[in-house]
Amino acid sequence: MSDEQKNSAPFGGQGHWRSLEELADSPQVREFLEREFPEQASEWNDPAGRRQFLQLMGASLALAGLAGCSEPLGEKIVPFVRQPEDLVPGKPLRYATAVRLAASTLPVLVTSTMGRPTKIEGNPEHPDSQGATDAFTQAALLTLYDPDRSKTVTNLGGIRPYSDLLGVIRDAAEAQKGDRGAGLRILTGAVTSPTLVSQIGELLRNFPEAKWHRHEAVDGDNALAGARLAFGEAVEAHLHLDQADVILSLDADFLGGGVGRVRHAKEFAQRRRVPAEGGSDPGSRNNAMNRLYVAESMPSLTGSVADHRFRLRSSDVEALARAVAAGLGVLGVSRPADVPRLSEADLAASLGVPGAQRPASVPGISEATLTAIIKDLAKHRSRSLVVAGLAQPPEVHALVHAVNHALGNIGTTVTFHAPLDAGAIEAAPFSELANDMGAGRVQFLMVLGGNPVFTAPVDISFGDLLTKVGLTIHLGLYDDETAVRCHWHVPEAHDLESWSDARCPDGSVTLLQPLIEPLYHGKTPHELLAAFTDRPLRTSAEIVKEHWSKQIPGVLTETQWRRALHDGVVAGTALPPTAVTLRGGLGAASRESNAAAGELELVFRPDPSVYDGRFANNGWLQELPRPLTKLTWDNAALVSPATAKRLGFKSEDLVTLNVGGRRVRAPLWILPGHADDSVTVHLGYGRERVGRVGKHTGFNAYAVRQSASRWIAPDVRIEATGKRYRLATTQDHGSMEGRPLVRHATLAHYLQHPDFAQEMEEAPPAGLTMNPPVKYEGHAWGMAIDLNACTGCNACTIACQAENNIPVVGKEQVLVNREMHWIRVDRYFEGEPESPGVHHQPVPCMQCEDAPCEQVCPVAATAHSSEGLNDMVYNRCVGTRYCANNCPYKVRRFNFLQYSDYTLPTARLLFNPNVTVRTRGVMEKCTYCVQRINGVRIDAEVEGRPIRDLEILTACQQVCPSDAIVFGDLNDPRSRVTHWKAGPRNYALLGNLNTRPRTTYLASLKNPNPEISRGEE
Amino acid sequence: MEHDPRPPGAEEPFQSPIVAPGYTFATLSDKIGSIVLARGTRYGWLVGFGISFSLLMLLLVAVSTLFLKGVGIWGVNIPVGWGFDIINFVWWIGIGHAGTLISAILLLLRQSWRQSINRFAEAMTLFAVACAGMFPLLHMGRPWFFYWMTPYPSTMGVWPNFRSPLVWDVFAVSTYATVSALFWFVGLLPDLATLRDRARNRPARIIYGMLAMGWRGSAAHWHRYEVASLLLAGLATPLVVSVHTVVSFDFTIGIIPGWHATIFPPYFVAGAIYAGFAMVLLIAIPLRAVYGLGDFITLQHLRNMAKVLLATSMIVCYGYAMEAFFAWYSGNPYEQYMILNRMLGPYAWIYWMLLFCNLATPQLLWFGRVRDSIPALFAISLVVSLGMWLERFVIVVTSLSRDFLPSSWGMYYPTRWDFATFFGSIGLFLTLLFLFIRFLPMISIFEMRTILPQAEVDDHAGH
Repeated sequence: MSDEQKNSAPFGGQGHWRSLEELADSPQVREFLEREFPEQASEWNDPAGRRQFLQLMGASLALAGLAGCSEPLGEKIVPFVRQPEDLVPGKPLRYATAVRLAASTLPVLVTSTMGRPTKIEGNPEHPDSQGATDAFTQAALLTLYDPDRSKTVTNLGGIRPYSDLLGVIRDAAEAQKGDRGAGLRILTGAVTSPTLVSQIGELLRNFPEAKWHRHEAVDGDNALAGARLAFGEAVEAHLHLDQADVILSLDADFLGGGVGRVRHAKEFAQRRRVPAEGGSDPGSRNNAMNRLYVAESMPSLTGSVADHRFRLRSSDVEALARAVAAGLGVLGVSRPADVPRLSEADLAASLGVPGAQRPASVPGISEATLTAIIKDLAKHRSRSLVVAGLAQPPEVHALVHAVNHALGNIGTTVTFHAPLDAGAIEAAPFSELANDMGAGRVQFLMVLGGNPVFTAPVDISFGDLLTKVGLTIHLGLYDDETAVRCHWHVPEAHDLESWSDARCPDGSVTLLQPLIEPLYHGKTPHELLAAFTDRPLRTSAEIVKEHWSKQIPGVLTETQWRRALHDGVVAGTALPPTAVTLRGGLGAASRESNAAAGELELVFRPDPSVYDGRFANNGWLQELPRPLTKLTWDNAALVSPATAKRLGFKSEDLVTLNVGGRRVRAPLWILPGHADDSVTVHLGYGRERVGRVGKHTGFNAYAVRQSASRWIAPDVRIEATGKRYRLATTQDHGSMEGRPLVRHATLAHYLQHPDFAQEMEEAPPAGLTMNPPVKYEGHAWGMAIDLNACTGCNACTIACQAENNIPVVGKEQVLVNREMHWIRVDRYFEGEPESPGVHHQPVPCMQCEDAPCEQVCPVAATAHSSEGLNDMVYNRCVGTRYCANNCPYKVRRFNFLQYSDYTLPTARLLFNPNVTVRTRGVMEKCTYCVQRINGVRIDAEVEGRPIRDLEILTACQQVCPSDAIVFGDLNDPRSRVTHWKAGPRNYALLGNLNTRPRTTYLASLKNPNPEISRGEE
Repeated sequence: MEHDPRPPGAEEPFQSPIVAPGYTFATLSDKIGSIVLARGTRYGWLVGFGISFSLLMLLLVAVSTLFLKGVGIWGVNIPVGWGFDIINFVWWIGIGHAGTLISAILLLLRQSWRQSINRFAEAMTLFAVACAGMFPLLHMGRPWFFYWMTPYPSTMGVWPNFRSPLVWDVFAVSTYATVSALFWFVGLLPDLATLRDRARNRPARIIYGMLAMGWRGSAAHWHRYEVASLLLAGLATPLVVSVHTVVSFDFTIGIIPGWHATIFPPYFVAGAIYAGFAMVLLIAIPLRAVYGLGDFITLQHLRNMAKVLLATSMIVCYGYAMEAFFAWYSGNPYEQYMILNRMLGPYAWIYWMLLFCNLATPQLLWFGRVRDSIPALFAISLVVSLGMWLERFVIVVTSLSRDFLPSSWGMYYPTRWDFATFFGSIGLFLTLLFLFIRFLPMISIFEMRTILPQAEVDDHAGH
């Protein structure tokens, strides 16, 4: 990333101009056209209305002009009178900003092509991204351009100008002044924006009786409560996985979800590199491979890369936490009396932990195993880490803090800081709001973002409570369940359209700058809160800048501000680590497990794709196969094979989940490796009021989620309905059938037999081909994928989709195996169906040197380039599909129907201009991002220098949080890809077919504890 | 001149004559010619034609929808990129083999019994090739660019990929269609002249006259006719073998287990003859019943064809056995899985049905009583036709649905448009066949004359 390419946005959005088309299509114009003139006459009376009327007249004239042309005009024909300095037509610019998801913020660089954002990449200079992103962040772009976003300010369904709303707010605020704001409530989601926090603070100072509430369906409140139990203060844990030699995860999916997931994956992957191969930093102590134990109910991404994974009901995890705490002699945690006695002195001696006790029994984990884990942890004092999942009760979090304390990990592998989400500590609880609303104490409720009607616990029935409030205003991206129940709805500006700021997982503040004028005139929470002040029309840009000019000592200079925007981080804002001291008396927190053995528990999780429901209308995410289940477009009730058998159900049986009388119908899906007697459901599906994409997808798990059991509901019953429900999965078959596809071994085995991967299959002798050998002069592009680093997170799939204009095909097409992803993540189960090993394998085009597809294409539409790429010539393709049939890797994708939408104006804004949009009847596949190769080639030629190693990043490589993919020139002996491929773990998938693939894999390694027999997991 | 005109032993292979006794040249010409000229359009023909034509219209709807929406209306997917389209193509092209085989190879082998069946067998060939030729065009994603597969001098200087079996297909099938059509038309010339001479109204005389291309039956005409026939037969003979060999290359050149097999060419050719004869039987049996052609298409013909069926069935089943043997003998796990998957996988029922149709059922033909039973022959031919269709399903779909990477395995389910196109192509075939039997002599009149006893000329008579 050169500095020339990365620019700060000009102030006040001068660089963002609006097109005629956008203007003509704007809500106001349509609103205007929808109205009859006599009604319009009333607007002449007030000055604001008249000014708007004149504007609208202008726009409608523009519209009339457009209608005269045969083609609607794109923005590109509007000339600049004066060319902005940075803008070279066709040359993309990059801006630093951030994309938020609840309390988690990812600093990013957004590629802007001629004024429209077309791709999101991580900010390489920010420690929370280091250039990588995740699936949600990649898909933010599609939400930005979603044509189903709400577009107009509405009052009871009728379209109204924003100025009307400002008047309403002004009047309501006036009315509240008298009661000191006793009837005023602000409801937000997680608030990581310091500006917003100060704005809310100002509001609460002006209205002392008003209250701020915060509601997130997926929050870290249990962890904060645990910290309160352990340390007496609500602090948030910050993991340093690169420092940890041994990690024990208690139902925590720190790689797959939650705050800091990208950074976690980076740090974790660093410790999975093999020392013998000279990892990133050969000299450092951090170079030894770590060991990960995971105990969890539903197999997560973290569980899938674990060296030892234990299936445990989420309710039973507490028992394990207690056993580990007891084994490590954590103060106050006692061993239940019924456990047979063993010489505790011996144990203490062997563990090297004074006061260690024999661990209590944990269902499904033998005593020897437990002892081995505890020993392993104890052996790595201050280099180990225990993590608890956000679904676990506060007690478990407290125990984990105590254990980390006992192991001396605090300060090395885990540090603490104030919560990123200020709402978690400063705002009043959501239940209090519900009480106040029920009691009629709320007259004016402002819902700033979120969809609480959908995501609130079902026993609160927030939708009904809203009817008891005199004035409700909802700010949101969509006209959703909450919008329709509020009096007013205001379209929210997307993160890529907003000025704002946010705290990143490392505690530092990053600024959000808009990449485009709000497409639908969306407002930010900042602007809505400004309506309460005496300057109601202040823009977000002014508000944010004003906030920071107050924060920084002295005068905020233009240079400072631009520097902060450019870097994507405000200097000197990192949260200092909080020193914590452990309180005693944790034993008192001891309690019984909340689900009896044999009883079914129900565990709620955020969906890996639609999260809490906010991405329900995002086609990229909907069609992204969920990790492990590979389901798309639906959620399901996940159970283990044994539980399904015991209950007499099959996958795709439609069942009723009965949680204490509340029922919801859900399709069942059998997931190997799931804990027995446990059901996992994902939140966010079954939306009632949602755009076209999210309609009729999944079931609403919130229907059985209650305040008292937000994460784990005990005693769920599954009732048969006798019906079936078809689920669309992208991978029907999970077994490798004994084929050497994902090659793996233990670290110990590898160190003795470094060539194990290559010995697993007989390679054909070199030169065994009828074709004369081709010498690749110049560059020879190649790729290597380290299966040891891959966590199966799917970020590559969606990044590729965004980069290469890959269409979404819908559930019906996925059901008939027509998904279009150019890179897919294959998932294989190995071993017992109850507790299998899980392997992930990203599969892009292998770019075979002797490609079976090229041989059979009748029109030579797929041919080899001089640099060894297997090129696909869309224009030449006639669509016989012979190449796809003959591809042993089945990576070719066919446009069976017209999948790409050329007509939707917002879809056209979204397209990457450097990649052809494919028509129906044409084959497509991974190109190694040939447009990026050529982009860099042009830059290098202009600068008169060779292409540098790692200068070309394919989309999948760039996004990968664990750096599992490397791409480069095989003719360059010093390139990283050459280095990787020279290693002994390198192997070609289906190498014996002699296709000589350019993409190869590095075998996966596990680092199991030799003291634990593998059969036990 | 009272000796037996036939050489001794000529009767030996046949238990019964290949044309019923009592016909003269004139009555024979009358009998066959009157079907076209005198019989008129009967109710039964109208019903049959109506049904066929309705199916043809179904094809029209299916193809229009296909062109409008794309091949996505079919059940094809990734991994199974070919479905009914290619199955139907191979099935029809297989059926299209019997005509040329009968005309050319049996001509060269001097099997005179072929003469009463070769005309409609050739017509059937032509129609089957028309049906077959349609599918490679329909199955393309962008069929409007079909001509890119032909080596025409493009301004962009691009040529087809001559390494691709699909390009070989284009040559093989178009050559075969051309030679078959020529062969059929040349063979029709004398009979068209007969129809011209016997036609009762002027339009028919004009049309048949134009089609007869001035045939007057002079010795010179007959001489040139004989030379042309022999040349065309010589050209057609290698085509019988080559077309299906090239079609089998579509699969064998591929890398997919279940496709990549050296046994395919001979086994495909045998399968084609097998399917073709079954179809000839399926057509001959109703024709001889409806049009009273039992005198020309005698039981002896049916018996002979039954024997050909039995023989080719054995060859085809040898192919099945060898596929299984190679899979085991090669030690290649992918090949081994392929055959196990055929036998036990999700499409196993199709494989076992195929074996029932193509291996078990024809064994009945060992029994003379079955060979003599016309209903049994009809039923067996029907089963064999189905079996050959299933064989192509097993090869195309079962192999593709589970290849190398289990992650991408997937099932193929045909949609109603797949079936509509398939039955529509049968409609096209039957429509053409109905038109043929209405307007052209379905049995070669002049060739039948040559096998009448009167045609036998005493070798010594003129000397």
